[in-house]
Amino acid sequence: MIDILYFAWLRERIGLPKERVETSAPTVAALVEELRARSDHHALALSDLRAVRVAVDQELTDFDAPLTGAREVAFFPPMTGG
Amino acid sequence: MSVPSPHVRVQTEGFDAGAELNAFSQGQPSGAVVSFTGIVRDSGGLQAMEIEHYPGMTERALSAMADEAIRRFTLDAALVIHRHGRLGVGEVIMMVATASRHRAQAFQGAEFLMDYLKSRAPFWKKEIAAEGAAWVAARQTDEDALTRW
Repeated sequence: MIDILYFAWLRERIGLPKERVETSAPTVAALVEELRARSDHHALALSDLRAVRVAVDQELTDFDAPLTGAREVAFFPPMTGG
Repeated sequence: MSVPSPHVRVQTEGFDAGAELNAFSQGQPSGAVVSFTGIVRDSGGLQAMEIEHYPGMTERALSAMADEAIRRFTLDAALVIHRHGRLGVGEVIMMVATASRHRAQAFQGAEFLMDYLKSRAPFWKKEIAAEGAAWVAARQTDEDALTRW
C-alpha cells in the first residue's frame, strides 16, 4: 500500500487530498498510468506531466524514479513559495 | 568547529520580522547579517492569499536548503520562517536571514535561499479576489534563477 498525496490544483481537480492505493507499479510513471485509470478526474489532472512535480517519501524526484519500498508519493504543481 | 544548524519554522501565525531579525542578530559575532522579508503584494483587487504546503516535506526541504547555504557560503547562522494559510495584503509571508564573516557571502547565502525556496520548497499560492480564485503559476524566470548556483 502506498499513500498518494495531491496538492494545490491537483488536489482540487482530483477532489481528494490523499488516498491509499494497492500497487505493484515499479516506477512513478507506471503508478501515474494506474492512477489515470481510476477516474476521469485523475486522468484530467495527470494528463500533462510537464505541469506536475513528484516527490517520493518527501524527496523531489522524477517520473522515472523507482517505487521500491516507497511509502508516500505526492503529486503537485511547480512550487510558488517565497 | 561544528557546522551550525539552521533555524527553520513553518507556521500559520504572524510574526514580527523586525523582532526576529533583532533576535537573530543579537550577540552574532559574524560581522555581517542580511535579511529578506516577503510581504503579500496588492496586485489590484486581491482580497487574500492562500498558501498551501506539504507538512513534513516542507520542513525537510527548507532545512536541506539552509544546510546547503551554510555549507556553500560558510554561514555562521541561517534563519527561514515561512507562513501558510490565509494571509491579507501587507501581511508578512516569510523571511530569511543569514550571518557570515563576509558581506558578500551573507548576501549570496540569502539570495541562494530565496531562489531555491521559490521553486523547490513545497508551497503553493492561491490569489483570492472578488472575481474568483486562481493558483499563482510558477514562472520560468524563477526556475532559470537556479542555474546561476
